[in-house]
Amino acid sequence: MSNIPVELKYAKTHEWARTNDDGSVTVGISDSAQDQLGDMVFIEVPEVGATVTAEEACAVVESVKAASDVYAPVGGEIVEVNEDLADSPETVNEDAYGEGWIFRIQPADAGELGALMDAEAYEGFLASQDH
Amino acid sequence: MANRTPLYDEHVADGGKLVDFAGWDMPINYGSQIEEHNQVRTDAGMFDVSHMTVVDLTGDRTREFLRYLLANNVDRLKDSGKALYSCMLNESGGVIDDLIVYFLQDDFFRMVVNAGTHDKDIAWLEKQSAAFDVTVTERPELAMIAVQGPNARDKALPLLSDAARAAASELKPFFGAFDGDWFIARTGYTGEDGFEIVLPAAEAATFWQQLRAAGVKPTGLGARDTLRLEAGMNLYGSDMDESISPLEAALGWTVAWEPAERDFIGRAALEQQRKQGTTQKLVGLLLEGKGVLRNHQKVVVEGAGEGEITSGSFSPTLQRAIAFARVPKATADTCQVDIRGKLLTARVVKPPFVRNGEAQIEL
Repeated sequence: MSNIPVELKYAKTHEWARTNDDGSVTVGISDSAQDQLGDMVFIEVPEVGATVTAEEACAVVESVKAASDVYAPVGGEIVEVNEDLADSPETVNEDAYGEGWIFRIQPADAGELGALMDAEAYEGFLASQDH
Repeated sequence: MANRTPLYDEHVADGGKLVDFAGWDMPINYGSQIEEHNQVRTDAGMFDVSHMTVVDLTGDRTREFLRYLLANNVDRLKDSGKALYSCMLNESGGVIDDLIVYFLQDDFFRMVVNAGTHDKDIAWLEKQSAAFDVTVTERPELAMIAVQGPNARDKALPLLSDAARAAASELKPFFGAFDGDWFIARTGYTGEDGFEIVLPAAEAATFWQQLRAAGVKPTGLGARDTLRLEAGMNLYGSDMDESISPLEAALGWTVAWEPAERDFIGRAALEQQRKQGTTQKLVGLLLEGKGVLRNHQKVVVEGAGEGEITSGSFSPTLQRAIAFARVPKATADTCQVDIRGKLLTARVVKPPFVRNGEAQIEL
């Protein structure tokens, strides 16, 4: 069974989003996504200060198997990126919801978070993808 | 439904992530492709390669037939058990498949060909063998397990029958020997020492379990691909196909031009190409910076034109992206690879990248 923390929101493109106390949103890829992609070997993070719109491809995770885009779950400004992934991309495999976070966005419109799935919906979405 | 090898239940029990490969349910990995890759480089891993096609060729004129069928020359095989790597070409010099052929007796050779080319290979063999009265017999009742790595032989030998162990322990590289229905060859596709063992399907699961108990780790097709790429070995369908000649696939060394009077299928076309000169070549690439080289990325060579990556991946041993690329003949020391719209510099290098666990190129 996939690990799907209940406190996070999920996108259909398998990103998770965590709203922080300051209103910013931390983004990574789900445990299911990292498991599907396999061993990570390179993570391309966005530039701090860049402005992105919801569902825009703004990072790339590359496993031994394939390259996969990471989409912004909400629009806004990139305020921080996980620099540690440059030297240890495998962190995304080992701790997808923690140390394996990829970037942090200051949302332009926090209301866009409402379009994301909760854990239960995401679990159902994953099950439907298996068929 | 996809085909399943005799080891399907073992893959499920080992937690293998099964994917479709040429119509077969095969394990891409059992958790971590990189760990499996490193296991083969440093210790011993095992691969289920039962999806590959074992074909026995029999008849008095078998050697004569193979002399005509293959671009490499089976007359190089003088000792029983000796193996030869060769391309099987069409009339225009394109590669129908690449294969290993073992000389057993003058009226008996064994061939191992790719799974993805099974149907056309068998059709071609049937068609070409008719004139030589050679019988083509597929052996689907046999399984095949590759045991590879610096400790592969030491871990596998004690599990064999006394007779098989005696024969296998004496094998020189690129030789094979029979013990009853078992055929053990000191060959592989990883750049490491080891065996490829052909055995009755009914005995495969037990042998797999014994290997596992001896510390040989199941290794998936993902690691098989990065291992062979590091070892500088071509993959049919990626690095060459029927539109590409061996001369354009860095396989000129497998074409036996001498003796000049030996006629083989594709010879006339190849000679023409050799005389006129090829316009492209297959080279190794090492990405200078961070990123991953992938199949079909565009290669730009200043002043020479463009090419394409035919096999690209991340090298777990070198911790860098490596690839084979088909590039213009004039390509020199460097080129640029288009990775998602950015041109990144790659160095042109001569494969293999890794042999027997050691890097063969300077980073």
